[in-house]
Amino acid sequence: MSALHIKKGATKHSAYNLRPNFSDTQERHTITVLVENEPGVLARVIGLFAGRGYNIDSLTVAEVDHTGHLSRITIVTTGTPQVIEQIKAQLGRIVPVHEVTDLTVAGPFVERELAILKVVGDGEKRVEALRLADIFRAKVVDSTLHSFMFELTGAPDKIDAFADLMRPLGLTKIARTGVAALLRGE
Amino acid sequence: MTREMTGAKMIVQALRDQGVDTVFGYPGGAVLPIYDEIFLQNDIRHILVRHEQGAVHAAEGYARSTGKPGVVIVTSGPGATNAVTGLTDALLDSIPLVVLTGQVPTFMIGSDAFQEADTVGITRPCTKHNWLVKDTDKLSSTIHEGFHVATSGRPGPVLIDVPKDVQFATGTYQPPKPSASHYQPIVKGDMEEITELVAAIETAKRPVFYTGGGVINSGPAASQLLRELVEATGFPITSTLMGLGAYPASGKQWLGMLGMHGLYEANMAMHGCDLMINIGARFDDRITGRIDAFSPKSIKAHIDIDPSSINKVIKTDIPIVGDVAHVLEDILKVWKSRGRKVNHEAIAKWQGQVEEWRSVKCLTYATSETTIKPQYALERLEALTKDRNRYITTEVGQHQMWAAQFLGFEDPNRWMTSGGLGTMGYGTPASIGVQIAHPDALVINVAGEASWLMNMQEMGTATQYNLPVKQFILNNERLGMVRQWQELLHGERYSQSWSEALPDFVKLAEAFGAKGILCTDPKDLDDAIMEMLDYDGPVIFDCLVEKHENCFPMIPSGKAHNEMLLGQAETQGVIQSSGAVLV
Ligand SMILES: Cc1cc2nc3c(=O)[nH]c(=O)nc-3n(C[C@H](O)[C@H](O)[C@H](O)COP(=O)(O)OP(=O)(O)OC[C@H]3O[C@@H](n4cnc5c(N)ncnc54)[C@H](O)[C@@H]3O)c2cc1C
Ligand SMILES: Cc1ncc(C[n+]2csc(CCOP(=O)(O)OP(=O)(O)O)c2C)c(N)n1
Repeated sequence: MSALHIKKGATKHSAYNLRPNFSDTQERHTITVLVENEPGVLARVIGLFAGRGYNIDSLTVAEVDHTGHLSRITIVTTGTPQVIEQIKAQLGRIVPVHEVTDLTVAGPFVERELAILKVVGDGEKRVEALRLADIFRAKVVDSTLHSFMFELTGAPDKIDAFADLMRPLGLTKIARTGVAALLRGE
Repeated sequence: MTREMTGAKMIVQALRDQGVDTVFGYPGGAVLPIYDEIFLQNDIRHILVRHEQGAVHAAEGYARSTGKPGVVIVTSGPGATNAVTGLTDALLDSIPLVVLTGQVPTFMIGSDAFQEADTVGITRPCTKHNWLVKDTDKLSSTIHEGFHVATSGRPGPVLIDVPKDVQFATGTYQPPKPSASHYQPIVKGDMEEITELVAAIETAKRPVFYTGGGVINSGPAASQLLRELVEATGFPITSTLMGLGAYPASGKQWLGMLGMHGLYEANMAMHGCDLMINIGARFDDRITGRIDAFSPKSIKAHIDIDPSSINKVIKTDIPIVGDVAHVLEDILKVWKSRGRKVNHEAIAKWQGQVEEWRSVKCLTYATSETTIKPQYALERLEALTKDRNRYITTEVGQHQMWAAQFLGFEDPNRWMTSGGLGTMGYGTPASIGVQIAHPDALVINVAGEASWLMNMQEMGTATQYNLPVKQFILNNERLGMVRQWQELLHGERYSQSWSEALPDFVKLAEAFGAKGILCTDPKDLDDAIMEMLDYDGPVIFDCLVEKHENCFPMIPSGKAHNEMLLGQAETQGVIQSSGAVLV
């Protein structure tokens, strides 16, 4: 099978819609790519995006099947429907790619990201930061008398919202993992 | 059966097991163990080129004219970087190649060692896939996988980088295993889509087949099936530069090549059709011209083995992912089972329209009694060689377009040209590769003098192996295609488009041990061509042609198919600045 599972009739309805309408609207898609865990495979994926001028909003990669030597790359990208279709087809051509799934099309999916934020401040600001962290269920993973380090997991927009709130309260550094995502259900 | 052997021996054994009879290459420090093994055997013939770019183009010529993958061996560093143009060329034109490069020993990689280059890094974007093999035990299976990847799906070049210590070390040889790879592109088309296309064929009033290199890639069966379908339906057929020969030029339905320098009837049929059946072509910008004006009223079907070709440029109504031969077989089966229907009345009318377009005779040119017109030279070459067992390669430029227009191809795999990358310097080494594969055939490289100079060192290869390749140079003492664009687009400011200080090609031929022929007068042309054909050895034919001839028809950049220029009279101020940014 080709990495692009073009099943019977699939061209009309599936994630690999070969009959798109060429609209100009920019869409955000979360795409997961199962790849052979061989040297250079990430460079191939990144090189594809750079070489053909596609956007990468977020990219994560880690081995998911040690015995099968498979890694999962999760890419969040934006583009017109035509560009999104091209991205998937181009990913599918990469030889060590086993499977390309467009979660945005394939159905409800869970998207999570982990962030670590350092917030420096005293007095009221410090109290407020802690209070908001509690509301967001962020964990304190390090603290000094003048700072906190929060760990937060969630959808990217939740992390964006939390970071926005922390900014006036003394946010000095943030590290984010990028998105990991899987389809819901079986 | 597995066996212990050195990596270098493994390479030769793997090539043998893949049925390789010829490799093109150039030795150097990092491949010496492989060259030692080549020395010790007689099954595989090594052709020593004069430049690694030549090795890759020769392998491309070999591959395109045989349908088999071409094989190249070059050394690390400069050997590998010299191969990059050829790799890119093969990638864009979907030519299967397996290129083996030497690399510095694994323990020195990354240390800026002598002749070290990041070969897999450099060639990642210009190969279909590449590998750095760090373990001799994995070498043979990687080579077999390389052949599989190069030749399946959409063909292309692969590169295998082999450090020198891996060549010396001993490991276990694995013979080829079928289906060892997860890489198995789809070849059968979706039957629902195929049925939809058949239904469209049955009712179409103004259909056209638009065929491309994918038909050639698919193999001789695809060309046979295409011919059957075209004859049975009576639909007109055009082809891209890359697909010439899949349908015979003498065929009744043949419209000639389409595109920027394609024939009037072909482009008008594409513009006016109501059903366009794209078979193994990729809507290249030389074909589509202005996208929003491209064949505005047609239903478009697209058969392609690479899903990324579909909807890349032009929106497709009936997409069929699969191999041309497989899909055509199914189309014929379904169409026959439904009663072989076409709209005869409408098709007859459409054919009448096509005849009207043909009567424009768009290839007409101003003839001359005193200077050799390049078109005339090709007409004479065609007349004097068409009945021979003939293969044509070309360089890049006006001569390439005229060759596509004025030479007729009756069979696939007879026409080797650099289409996608447009690599000047392709033709001479490609002609050598073709001649190696077909020692008794007539192999002609139709060249421009500027392109020809780019890889002329390969004449040494031709004389060394006694390859009777004919270098037919249409010498206009200009970078003709560039000059044409400067005339039309840049106010006749001919910046750097002269071929100055040209060598005496006859003396050059003699210096290489080949025969040189100079022809300057149309009256001498036939005799001179016959002299070239009769000579049993390599020939450089310096055909001095009209210096300022332009290649027509031409669809200027940024224009639609029905805005074609047919001749010099129509060129005034036609290309606006919006078109000038396009290449
Ligand atoms: C100076 C110059 C001028 C040019 N002018 C013109 C011109 O006027 N007209 C013209 O036509 N070209 C012209 N070209 C060439 C042009 O640039 C392209 O190379 C060419 O048009 C592409 O041909 P193609 O569409 O057949 O695709 P190819 O590059 O041959 O690609 C083949 C397509 O078929 C698919 N395929 C491969 N194998 C199979 C299979 N087994 N089954 C199904 N599908 C398969 C591939 O995925 C791909 O999409 C010019 C080039 C130069 C250098
Ligand atoms: C390697 C390379 N460099 C530059 C070009 C740009 N180019 C395209 S055609 C052409 C002129 C070719 O001149 P010649 O070989 O004499 O052929 P003519 O057009 O005169 O027939 C040039 C410079 C190219 N295609 N390839």
